[in-house]
Amino acid sequence: MALSGMRGLSVFISDIRNCQNKEQERLRVDKELGNVRTRFKNEKGLSPYEKKKYVWKMLYIYMLGYDVDFGHMEAVSLISAPKYPEKQVGYIVTSCLLNENHDFLRLAINTVRNDIIGRNETFQCLALTMVGNIGGREFAESLAPDVQKLLISSSYRPLVRKKAALCLLRLYRKNPDVVNVDGWADRMAQLLDERDLGVLTSSMSLLVALVSNHHDSYWSCLPKCVKILERLARNQDIPQEYTYYGIPSPWLQVKTMRALQYFPTVEDPNTRRSLFEVLQRILMGTDVVKNVNKNNASHAVLFEALALVMHLDAEKEMMSQCVALLGKFIAVREPNIRYLGLENMTRMLMVTDVQDIIKRHQAQIITSLKDPDISIRRRALDLLYGMCDVSNAKDIVEELLQYLSTADFAMREELSLKAAILAEKFAPDLSWYVDVILQLIDKAGDFVSDDIWFRVVQFVTNNEDLQPYAAAKAREYLDKPAIHETMVKVSAYIIGEFGHLLARRPGCSPKELFSVIHEKLPAVSTYTIPILLSTYAKIFMHTQPPDAELQNQIWAIFNKYESCIDVEIQQRAAEYLALSRRGAALVDILAEMPKFPERQSALIKKAEDTEVDTAEQSAIKLRAQQTSNALVVTDQRPANGTPPVNQLGLVKIPSMSSNADHNSTDQALSQENGTLSTVDPQPASADLLGDLLGPLAIEGPPGTAVQSQPSVIPGVGGDSNAVDAAAIVPVGEEQNSVQPIGNIAERFLALCLKDSGVLYEDPNIQIGIKAEWRVHQGCLVLFLGNKNTSPLVSVQAIILPPSHFKMELSLVPDTIPPRAQVQCPLEVVNLRPSRDVAVLDFSYKFGNNMVNVKLRLPAVLNKFLQPIPVSAEEFFPQWRSLSGPPLKLQEVVRGVKPMPLAEMANLLNSLRLMVCPALDPNPNNLVASTMFYSESTRAMLCLVRIETDPADRTQLRMTVSSGDPTLTLELKEFIKEQLCSIPIAPRAPGPVSPAHPVAQPTSPAAALTDPGAMLAGLL
Amino acid sequence: MIHFVILVSRQGKVRLTKWFSPYTQKERSKVMRELSGIILNRGPKLCNFVEWRGFKVVYKRYASLYFCMCVDQNDNELETLEIIHHYVEILDRYFGSVCELDLIFNFHKAYYILDELLLAGELQESSKRTVGRMIATHDRFVEVAKEEASSIGTFIAQVRM
Repeated sequence: MALSGMRGLSVFISDIRNCQNKEQERLRVDKELGNVRTRFKNEKGLSPYEKKKYVWKMLYIYMLGYDVDFGHMEAVSLISAPKYPEKQVGYIVTSCLLNENHDFLRLAINTVRNDIIGRNETFQCLALTMVGNIGGREFAESLAPDVQKLLISSSYRPLVRKKAALCLLRLYRKNPDVVNVDGWADRMAQLLDERDLGVLTSSMSLLVALVSNHHDSYWSCLPKCVKILERLARNQDIPQEYTYYGIPSPWLQVKTMRALQYFPTVEDPNTRRSLFEVLQRILMGTDVVKNVNKNNASHAVLFEALALVMHLDAEKEMMSQCVALLGKFIAVREPNIRYLGLENMTRMLMVTDVQDIIKRHQAQIITSLKDPDISIRRRALDLLYGMCDVSNAKDIVEELLQYLSTADFAMREELSLKAAILAEKFAPDLSWYVDVILQLIDKAGDFVSDDIWFRVVQFVTNNEDLQPYAAAKAREYLDKPAIHETMVKVSAYIIGEFGHLLARRPGCSPKELFSVIHEKLPAVSTYTIPILLSTYAKIFMHTQPPDAELQNQIWAIFNKYESCIDVEIQQRAAEYLALSRRGAALVDILAEMPKFPERQSALIKKAEDTEVDTAEQSAIKLRAQQTSNALVVTDQRPANGTPPVNQLGLVKIPSMSSNADHNSTDQALSQENGTLSTVDPQPASADLLGDLLGPLAIEGPPGTAVQSQPSVIPGVGGDSNAVDAAAIVPVGEEQNSVQPIGNIAERFLALCLKDSGVLYEDPNIQIGIKAEWRVHQGCLVLFLGNKNTSPLVSVQAIILPPSHFKMELSLVPDTIPPRAQVQCPLEVVNLRPSRDVAVLDFSYKFGNNMVNVKLRLPAVLNKFLQPIPVSAEEFFPQWRSLSGPPLKLQEVVRGVKPMPLAEMANLLNSLRLMVCPALDPNPNNLVASTMFYSESTRAMLCLVRIETDPADRTQLRMTVSSGDPTLTLELKEFIKEQLCSIPIAPRAPGPVSPAHPVAQPTSPAAALTDPGAMLAGLL
Repeated sequence: MIHFVILVSRQGKVRLTKWFSPYTQKERSKVMRELSGIILNRGPKLCNFVEWRGFKVVYKRYASLYFCMCVDQNDNELETLEIIHHYVEILDRYFGSVCELDLIFNFHKAYYILDELLLAGELQESSKRTVGRMIATHDRFVEVAKEEASSIGTFIAQVRM
C-alpha cells in the first residue's frame, strides 16, 4: 500500500524526495506551484479528480514549510462538491490549510450547515470534523443548536454523536454562551448513561470543559461519574475493543477523574465512599509491569487518581499513601515516572501539609538535579524551591550553588534567582546570606540580575553587625584574579561604605583598598566607573590622617575623568574633585549612607509574578494592573546614574528615628538645591508593590548628595522638621487600595445560613470561618490564611461586640508567615436576644500598604435557635396562652421577596425555624417552631405563623410569639429582614463595606427591659 | 487539550501537522522549527516530555519518525503518550507494519485516520476496531465513486463509438 492512488501526486512526492539539496527542492516546488496556479486559473477544464489532486499537492507543499498563498478558494469550494471523494478532500484540506480566523471559512458556513442537518451520515461526519477542528465564533453562533440536536438525539448513530459531542466542545470553547447552563445540565447527565464508550469518552471531554466553568450546575453528573469510574476500574461490562493493554479505557478513566476534580467536594457519603474505594484500588493495585504501554496507561490512571485524592484532601492515611508512592516514583529509573513523581510532589506541596514527609526524600531530589535530562532537572529545581524552609535552606541553597557551575545556560538565570530568594527568605543568619549572594555573583555573574546585588547592599547597609563581615568578604573576592563586573560593583560599593571598618586588618589600609579596586578599573564598563569614583571619594574621606600620595593618586583620577565623554562620570569626577578640596565639609557630604527603608524584596516579587499558581493568578493579575504605572517610573533611571539601589523595591514604613539625621541632611540639600523638586514625595497611592522611587531612597546615593554646591553646605542640618514631615510616607492614605475578592455582603449572608465558609478574601489574605453552636454559646474559628509568599505583618483583629454578646478572641499573631494559615478561636456567649451583629475590625500590612476591613461576623440571632418539632396538642395551648403584645406580635409585611411557599418553608428551615406541616389548616400558611437560647432567657420556645396571600406573594402577615417580649420583637424583625427583598447590607464596592451596624447604638439596659421604648426606637 | 500534532523525521522533515488551536502560518513554521530543534537533539534515554513556552510537548520516537503532541501544562502526560501509541498502532494495522515511506506517500490517509482519532484536540475514539471500520468505509466510498466515474467514462466512450 505504498502508493497514494493518485499517480501525479506520487510522482511529485518522489521528485521531491529525489532532490539532492534544498535548492533543488525549492525549484521543483516552485515549478509545481506554477503548474497548479495555471491549472486553477482556467478552472472549467478541471475534472474533479484533477482538482482533488492539485489540492492535495498544495497541502503537501504547505506541509514542507512553503508558503501557499493561493488555491484556498479551490479547497473551500470542494466542500460543496456533491460526491464524497471531493467533498472529503475539501473538508480535510481546508481544515489543515486555514485557521479559524480565515475569511474564506465564512463562505462555507452554509454548505457546512446543510451537511450537518442533512440526511447523509457520512457528510455529517465530515462537516462535524471540520467544525470541531477549526470552527470559530461565527460557527459557534450559527451551528451550535444543530450540533446539540445531533448529540442528544438517539436516532443518530454513535459515530455521528461522538463527533457532535466534541464539535460542541469546540464551539463552547469559542463561545460559552452556546450552551445554556440550565437546560443542558440534565441532558449532560443523561449523556453519561450512554452505553457506547466512544460517545461516552467524547461526552466526558465535553463535561470536563463544562464543569470547569460551572461546577455548581452539574451536580447531578457527579454520582454518574463515580459510577462510570467504578465500572471501568472493576472492568465490569467493558467491551474487549475498549480495553487497552488489558486496561479498561485508560483515557475515559483519566477524563472521568479530571471531571471529578472540578467539583469542590463529594458530599453524599455513599458516593464518597464508593469513590474512595475506587481510588484506593487504583493507588494500591497499580504495579510496574514489563510492557511499556501497559505501564504508561496504568500510571496515567494512577497519577490522575493521585491528583483527585489531593483535590479531595482525603484522609491523612490516603494522603500519606500518595506521598509514599511519589517517594517511590522519584527513585525509579524510568525517566517518565521520575519526572511525574517530581512534578506531582511539587503539586502536593501546594495543597497539603506534607512538607515533613517530603523532606525525607531530599537527597533523592537533589540527585535528580543532576539528571542528564533537563526536563527532570527543572522539576527537581522547582520541587527543591517549593520544599525549602528554615530547616533545610542551608543544604538546599548550597546544593543549588554547587550545581550552578555545571548547570546549562538555559537554567542558570532561574537557578540563581531561586537561590537568591531562598537565601534571603530562610537565612539562618545574615552573614550566610552575604556569603551565598557573593558566591552566586562569583559563579554566575552573567545570570545575576541587578536586583540581587542591590538587595545584598541593602541588607548590609541596614545591619551594622554585618558591615565588617561583608567588607572583609568583599576584600577577599577582590583578590581573585578575574572577577565578574557585578562583583566589582558590589565589592567596590561595600568597600567604599564600610572599608574603613577593616582598617586594622592586614592588606586593608586605605591605600591598599584603593589600589586593589583601582586595578579593576581598566576592565569595567562605563556603567561601573561612577561607582568606583564614589568609592575612591569615600576611601579618600576616610583616610585619617590624610595621605598625600593617595590624595595625589585619587585627584589624578578625578582630573582625568573630569573630561570624560560620559556625562555621568564627568560630573562625578568634577564634583568629587571640587568637594575633596574643601576638606572637612567632605565628611558630612560623603557620610555613610542612611539605612534603607524596609522594602519587600524585588526578587520575591519577581518570583511571585512568574509563579504559575492558579490560586494566585487572579491576585497576580490584579497586582500587575496596579503596578503597571509604577513600572514606567522605574525605567526612568535617575539621570545622574547613581547606583540605582533605590530601585530595589517599594518603600515601606521608613524607620525614621534611626536615621532622621541623614535624611534631613540630604533632603534639605536636595530640596534647597531644587534639583529634586519634581520628585513627588509620596509614592503613587495606587501602587502596592511596584518599584518606586521612594522619598527616602532618592536622597541616598552619594552622587545626588554631592550635586549640591558648597555654598549650600551651611544649610545642612537646618530645617529638619519640615523635612521629616515631607519624608514620612503617608501610610494612612494608602489604606485599602487592596480590593476584596467576591462580595463581602453576600459572603456574610451565606454564612448566616451555614456554619463554615469564607468570610473575606483579597489578593493577600483569606479569612475563613468555621462555627459550632451549642445552646447559648458558640465557638467561631477564624482561619487567617496568607496567600502570598511573603509574610503579612501588623496583623490585628479587634472584635466590636454588641452588648448582648460576651466575646473572647484568642490571641491573633502579629505576623502570618508566607502561605501559612493561623486559626483564632472566638468564644461567643449570647446574653440576651438581639439582632445586633458583632463586627470584626481586621487589619494587616502588606508591603507598605495598610489594609483595614470591618466585617460583620455571622453570629446572628438564628445561630442560637434550635429547631424543635411541635405537635398540634402542644402548639395550640401555647399559642393561645400568649395572647397579644408584647409577647405576641403581629405585623403585615409588605415588599416580601416573592417566592413559592415551599421555598419559603426551606428558608425558614435553614434559619432553624422548624416548619410544622399540616398544623395550620390553610395550605397557604406556614407554622414554625423553634427554641431560642440565651443566658437571660434560658431555653425559650418561639412560635411563628406566616399567612401568605397566593394572589400577592409580596405581602404576608406574620405573627410571632414567645415568652419574652424582647425575643418576640427581635425574632419578628429578624425574620422580616430575611423575607424582604431589601438587601440587609449596603453593597459597597470598597473593601470597607461601611460595616453595616457597627454594633448598632446599643440600647441602654433600661430600654431593653422596656419593650415599648424599644419598639418605638425600631419601628 | 491537544493544541497540535507534529510528525517530524529524524532529519527534520515534517511529515504531518495538525493544528487544533489557531496559529498563523508564521507561528506554525516558527513552532515547528523551534520544536524540532529541541526534540531531535534530545538523547535517547530521557523522558518523553519537554517543557516549552508554558506548554508540554509529549513526544515519542518510532524508528526514524518523531510523533509530538503539545498539551496544556496540567494535562495528563502519560495519557497523551498513549494516544500517540494508539495512533501508531492504528496506522500499523491499516498499512500493515507501517514505515515512514507509507506516511510520505499516503500522507492524506494519515490525515483521515487522525481525524477519526482526535477531534477538537481531544481523543474521539479509543477503539482501534471502530476507527478501522470508519477508515474502511471511507475507502469504500472513494472506491465506489471511482468505479462510477470510470463506468460513466466507458459508457460515454461506448456512446461515441
